[in-house]
Amino acid sequence: MDILSILAESTRSAFGPIAAIYALAAIGLNIHFGYTGLLNFGQVGFMLVGAYGVGISVAVFDLPLAAGFGVGLLCALVLALLLGIPTLRLRADYLSITTIAAAEVIRLVYRAGFAEPLTGGAFGLQNLSADFRTLNPFEAGERYGFGLLAYNGNHLWVLVVTWGLVAVMAGLTWMLMHSPWGRVIKGIREDEDAVRSLGKNVFAYKMQALVLGGLIGSLAGCMLAVYQASIQPDQFKPQVTFFLWVILLLGGAGRVFGPILGAMAFWFLMTFTDGVLQGMGALGWLPFLDSPDYGAIQLAFAGLMLVVLIVFRPQGIIGDRKEMLVNVK
Amino acid sequence: MRTRLVTVLLALITAILVIPGPVAAADEQGGEALHGRILNPDNRDQGVEGIGITVYDGEDEIGAAETDSDGMWEVELPEPGTYRVVVDQESVPSEFVVREGIVVDGETEVDVEADDRRPLIVALEGVGADEGGASATPSDDASDDSGGEAAGEDGAIAPTTGGGNSFGAKFLQLTVSGILFGLVIAISAIGLSLIFGTTKMINFAHGDMVTFGAMVALLFSTGAAGLGNSLLAIFAGIGIAVLIGGLLESRLPRTTLIVAQWVAIFGGIALATTLGVMGDSIQWQVPLWLAAGIAVVMGAVLGGTMERYIWRPLRHRNVALIQMFIVSIGLALILRHVILVIFGAGRNRYAGYQIQELVQFGPVAMAPRDLVIMGVAIAVLVAVACLLQFTRIGKAMRAVSDNRDLAESSGINVDRVTLYVWGLGGGLAALGGVLYGLNQVVEYEMGFRLLLLMFAAVILGGLGTAYGAMVGGLAVGLVAMLSTLWFPSQLMQAWALALMILMLLVRPQGLLGRRERVG
Repeated sequence: MDILSILAESTRSAFGPIAAIYALAAIGLNIHFGYTGLLNFGQVGFMLVGAYGVGISVAVFDLPLAAGFGVGLLCALVLALLLGIPTLRLRADYLSITTIAAAEVIRLVYRAGFAEPLTGGAFGLQNLSADFRTLNPFEAGERYGFGLLAYNGNHLWVLVVTWGLVAVMAGLTWMLMHSPWGRVIKGIREDEDAVRSLGKNVFAYKMQALVLGGLIGSLAGCMLAVYQASIQPDQFKPQVTFFLWVILLLGGAGRVFGPILGAMAFWFLMTFTDGVLQGMGALGWLPFLDSPDYGAIQLAFAGLMLVVLIVFRPQGIIGDRKEMLVNVK
Repeated sequence: MRTRLVTVLLALITAILVIPGPVAAADEQGGEALHGRILNPDNRDQGVEGIGITVYDGEDEIGAAETDSDGMWEVELPEPGTYRVVVDQESVPSEFVVREGIVVDGETEVDVEADDRRPLIVALEGVGADEGGASATPSDDASDDSGGEAAGEDGAIAPTTGGGNSFGAKFLQLTVSGILFGLVIAISAIGLSLIFGTTKMINFAHGDMVTFGAMVALLFSTGAAGLGNSLLAIFAGIGIAVLIGGLLESRLPRTTLIVAQWVAIFGGIALATTLGVMGDSIQWQVPLWLAAGIAVVMGAVLGGTMERYIWRPLRHRNVALIQMFIVSIGLALILRHVILVIFGAGRNRYAGYQIQELVQFGPVAMAPRDLVIMGVAIAVLVAVACLLQFTRIGKAMRAVSDNRDLAESSGINVDRVTLYVWGLGGGLAALGGVLYGLNQVVEYEMGFRLLLLMFAAVILGGLGTAYGAMVGGLAVGLVAMLSTLWFPSQLMQAWALALMILMLLVRPQGLLGRRERVG
């Protein structure tokens, strides 16, 4: 087992496009959970409508990429309203149930046979990023970086744009949360009734937070479609949402840099465990397991991280423990 | 606690660093390749084996691949560029043809960028489907209605359309399968609702407890060897530990109690190891009904263990409810993937119950196994209702569900009641899994898919009420099935969800819930 190359590979993925995309989606989730206290277990649903907004516009209707982003964001807006209107007046658990169910149902509908002319069914859509790659200022075939830590031109372009978006969104979050709006939002997280008694329309504030976080999530979905140039519905399984939760809790919920730090740490850990498992498998130390099982073990490991984090360190790496002891109202 | 954790972690890291090993093979990320998966159009979860794919650069052959048993193929490419991909039409099974679209006449051209491992979509369709023109909807509607097999991941249960073709006959047939499906949902959802009632916690791992039941029953009905024996031994050990903890709590001193529990658990693990080492030498097999019994007991032990060793300590540490939800999501993830590792990702059926002569009741045709499922489900539901209504523990469960603090102050041992509720819920979930698996297929994600419908059922009936879960389950089952009369079967779950959202809009407390529950 070559521990150095595994470490290099892990570092590469910690800064790579996927980590950036997850950081973006986790920023949305941070607005939901970290600041407003909304339990959204269906963030992947927002990513899915964003990705398919781009996919369907570009691959089926031949629209420019910018229109695709617009469609994706619009779909996320509609989804957030659909989820929010029935549930946000109720206790937090209703939103959690509705979102987890809605995200999975959307996936099943998008992959269904009758939707195939539009969504490509289980096969998905492809050839999505031609527009994006013509804007690429880097040489597509060139490798940038040093040593093992290098990305090719296309990936570097996605990486720069996505981390740029992450920075913009993190800045936006910082500004919003230091505005009067942000103080109301955090007040809702701490004590909804107290905020209501001050004459604030809690429902409207929660809805705004849900929409905003959902839009950021769908932006992450759009970037995913652009990065991969193809999308399949089965990439949007519920575990993506759970990864986002691990990222958020690992980094620290309710902190601007929490999701960013969390995404880097999470993808470092995932690639590292994968490398170690593969290495141990190659050495013959894991006689009971075949290589397809490694993915399942990693997912179980993500679940374990979730449990251990929430029990022993709910504030994550940089969070504030007092802020994370909120309860369901 | 924390220092110990850190020490263990450090030790692990040093061990990995120190151990020498062969240098890892060439960087797996680099290089160009084309890959893909060719799926069976009749069943999107299965691949088609043995289709040849050849990649040309101009006229030079670069590489060739054949799809494996899962339909996967991959061709490594030497450099970026434009390649011509040819699908060998001869190797495609005669019942399918390559769908025209991206691939024309079995050929297509792809641009491959540097370091790009590109997926290429090659889709098959049934012969004759392309007669109506390439742009028309593929043959899915036809193939989906033809039987349960095609449903796959698209819909939980495809209705078995019987002999009658008239609308009335179809309606009756679907009503019956709706009731059947509803009963299965109801059985699995009671535990979810009771657990919510007693602890105010939504157990997101409930679906995976359903899967667990189905898998265990499958294991013991098809022959348990080393794996089955080991599982049984571990669960026996933990079960005894939970029982000791639950029953003797007030009668034994604390240290003795803890020691006895650990002895039971380690005894179970030791026995499991021995049995695992002996492997296939102790082989046995029981009929399905007995396997279902074992599954129910093991499901109850699983539920009880989770309550005793995870949820109770967390409650005593005053962990907030939101945090508990997240823990249960994590547990669901662990449970699902441990099941996946142990039992594999295959789709199985209980042997011997699949091909059965249908029994006709007027216009409705049913397989005998479905009659048995219905009978068992109704009997169990009545039994649970009686338990809740007439026994001491049942009354205590309802009391705790109504108002935990009041119940505690009137002398009910709330912790013990919660333990029983988890045991009951786990057992019922396992039974629901066996019945669901009997009606459909057993695979590792079945429980999660059922969980969505269970949520709909529980919210429809009223969170926290056992009878609400029964009513809601039946309603969701009926709506899901009857929707297939007019809409594609893949939309079944969407209708259940729509029903749930509608309910939240007009009556958020559910059919049988009380108004003040909702904030």
